[in-house]
Parts: sequence; structure tokens; C-alpha cells
Amino acid sequence: MERAAATPAADSAVIEFRHVSYLLDSQQELVKDVSFAVQRGETLVLLGRSGAGKTTALKLINRLLEPTEGQVLVEGRATTEWDAIELRRHIGYVIQEIGLFPHFTVEENISLVPRLEDWEKERTRVRVKELLAMVGLDAAKFSRRYPHELSGGQRQRVGVARALAADPPILLMDEPFGALDPLTRGEVQREFQELERRLGKTIVIVTHHVSESLVLGTRIGLMEGGRLAGIYSPREFLESSEPTVAAYVAHLRMHEGIEGGE
Amino acid sequence: MSLIEFFLRHQREIVQATLEHVWLVGVTMVLSVGIGVPLGVLVTRRPWLSRPILGGANIAETIPSLALFGFLLPVPWLGDRADRLAVVALTLYALLPIIRNTAAGIAGVDAAVREAARGMGMTEWQILRQVELPLSLSTVLAGVRVATVLTIGIATIAAAVGAGGLGEFIFRGLAMVNNQLILAGAIPAALLALGADYLLSVLERRLRPAR
Repeated sequence: MERAAATPAADSAVIEFRHVSYLLDSQQELVKDVSFAVQRGETLVLLGRSGAGKTTALKLINRLLEPTEGQVLVEGRATTEWDAIELRRHIGYVIQEIGLFPHFTVEENISLVPRLEDWEKERTRVRVKELLAMVGLDAAKFSRRYPHELSGGQRQRVGVARALAADPPILLMDEPFGALDPLTRGEVQREFQELERRLGKTIVIVTHHVSESLVLGTRIGLMEGGRLAGIYSPREFLESSEPTVAAYVAHLRMHEGIEGGE
Repeated sequence: MSLIEFFLRHQREIVQATLEHVWLVGVTMVLSVGIGVPLGVLVTRRPWLSRPILGGANIAETIPSLALFGFLLPVPWLGDRADRLAVVALTLYALLPIIRNTAAGIAGVDAAVREAARGMGMTEWQILRQVELPLSLSTVLAGVRVATVLTIGIATIAAAVGAGGLGEFIFRGLAMVNNQLILAGAIPAALLALGADYLLSVLERRLRPAR
């Protein structure tokens, strides 16, 4: 076990990457010497093409993967020093394919972490109702349904509700709105934007959609071939003259309004 | 004497033998599920064990059943009681489909679901108990069904070592060249197999996860 560097994060970074590399094997380096920090309440969007290392970077945060080199710090502690289970219960996680449990009802899916944490039944029930309302689903109508009885957008909402169940201070989202048609996607994005403002969580979102990054991110980290090419505010991103960023922006302009679909 | 008359006349013995048969099969299934499911899980957790475990079960499967009963006869504790010997031999046969289906069922659980479970902070044990096993239940049960039908058939051979069951009639009928006697063993055994197959297939369909 390596030890965390003695010096704590200079500021109150909730998540910090320090020269992090992740090698799948000696051939493939999925993440290369990436460093960044995410402050409390911030939403960092990791933007890039498929295979740019975004998802890998995300999984390094909740220790689904461990860095080969460098350190990932969550609340000032290296992830390898956290108890993995404790760390993950501290971090909400929404994944691309949603990953709702097909044999659980909506209510059971959402209440999973509270149940793992041994919450009282009544408290859990109230919380589920609250969460369903928060993501815009009628509890009476949806609690007892199974995931296969929901539309894509509804499933996505349940996925978000589930990740928020135990009120984790950190939220990780991997292409959270990836499977949605452009219209629903826009709708869910707007709702989420509202939630984002209200909840004040520290959020990291992975996406390959430029418009999504601009809508949801307070900062945008552009990843290319495993490296972090740069971090920009949405304004900086739009105005940047760097060729790679400009290419993304040009693409966005070209598909103005309809970007967001596949 | 017609077959029906024969069955009616020997009703009590046939019922008795059927109950013995069901008992042999029942104990075998409890044992083989109790051993086979954990082994199947182990195969998915430690892939390097997959060869020895599945290989071993495969070999057991290929030994002719009459020979297997014979091989086990001189084994000290086993050979003491015929029913004990029969149950152990039958369990060896029943293991393969159960191990294989458990492993296949768990391997078939959607990777996204498994990852969500890990990412939400479930322990390995919780993932197994609450996610993987429930989702692979119908596949496991399909293995149990195959094993049960197989065991009901092979259990007739157990009579060769004196373990009782419906095989008694078959062996006696063979020795006496009496077809009615053979059928008194074969027909109830076939009905048992069909009944078990039907009941377990209904259960399997019920437990199949919706998608």
C-alpha cells in the first residue's frame, strides 16, 4: 500500500487527480498523467471522443479502478486509503446503461443504498417518495413498476434518483443521458440542471456531447487519447482558439440546435 | 393378466418403491444443489478453478452408472449402506448440470447491472445474494431440472446395489423375463420424470427475470 502524500490539498478540493495514470496492461495506457481538482459544488464535465479515457477517469474516483501511477484523492484522502465500500456509498453513481436492477421495482432500486445502510423502513419510504417527486415521477404510479415497464427517460430519472438516495455529497455520471432521444434528452438535461443548482453536489459527468457539456458543466475538461488537453469554463470553451476545442465548437455550430442526438 | 390388473394387485409395493425412489432422488437433489451451486459460484469467482471443477464433474458424468456404483461399493464408509452409496453416486451425476448452469447464469448477468451494484457500494456477498443469484435463478433452475430428470432415471440402477426404489422391479423383471414387472418399475419412473420436469419448468418460467 502506498501512502498519501503528507500535504493535504491546497484548497478544499473534493476530488483531486495528481499525476494519475492507468495502464490496462503494458500496451495500453488508458489515462496518462492526468491532474485536476474539482471544488465543492462544482460540476466538471469530462468531454472527449470514445476511448479518450473519460470513463476510466470516472471509475478511478469511486475506486472501481485504482491508479497505476499517481493518486486520486477524495476529500483529501487517497482512494486506496478509503474503504472501497464506504467510499462508494459516499458517491452517487449513474452509469451509461443505467444499470437498474431488472428484478427490483423502482422503489427497491431507489432504496437500495438506504437499505444497505440499514435505514428505518419509514424513513426509506419517505425518501423514495421525495426522490421520485424530485425527478418528476409520480410515486403512486411508478413505485411498484419494474424497469422494463418504463420508458428510457423514466429509467434515466430513476437512475438519477437511485444515485441520490442516501444524499451523497459527490455524484458521478457516465453518459447519463446517452440512451435518450434528442427531445427527451433536452428535457431531462434541463430538469437535471435545475436539480444541480438546488442540491449543490460536487459532480463529475462524462459525455461526448458538446452541448451537454455547455449546459451542465461549470467547467469542461477536454480529454484526448488519455490526456487532459485542458480545462475551460463554458465561455472559455466557446471562445477558445485552440484547434481541438475550436473543432468541437465548429461541430456544435454546424449542428446547432439538433446536437444532442446520436 | 392385464397390465392394469398387475398394477392394481401390486399397488402397495409399487407405491412403496416409488416413495423410496422419490426419497433417493430428493436427498440427491438437496445435496447436489447444496454442493453444485456454491461450486458454480466459485467457478465464476476463480476462473482458474473452472477447469478442475467442471472437468471433474464432466469425468464423473462419463463413468457408466452401473460401474460407478460398483467402484464405490468397496469404499469404507460409503459401502456400509446401499442408500448412502446410491445417493453419493447419484449426486456425482447430478452435479455437472447444476455447476454449469449456475456458472452460466451468473456469467450472463448484464455487466452494467453488476457494475452499478459495485459502484453503489455493495459488497461481493451482497452482489451475489441480492443481484447475481436472483437474476440467474431461472438458469440455475433449468440445471436443477435437467439434473432431476437425469437422477430419476439413473436412480433405477441403484437397485443393483440394493438401495431399493423402482429399479427393484426392473432388475427383477429382467431376471425373470417378466415384462409386466419391468413396466411396474419403468412406468412410474417415467411418470416421475415427466412430472418433475413439468413442475420445475413451470417454476423456472415464473422465476425468469422480466426484461
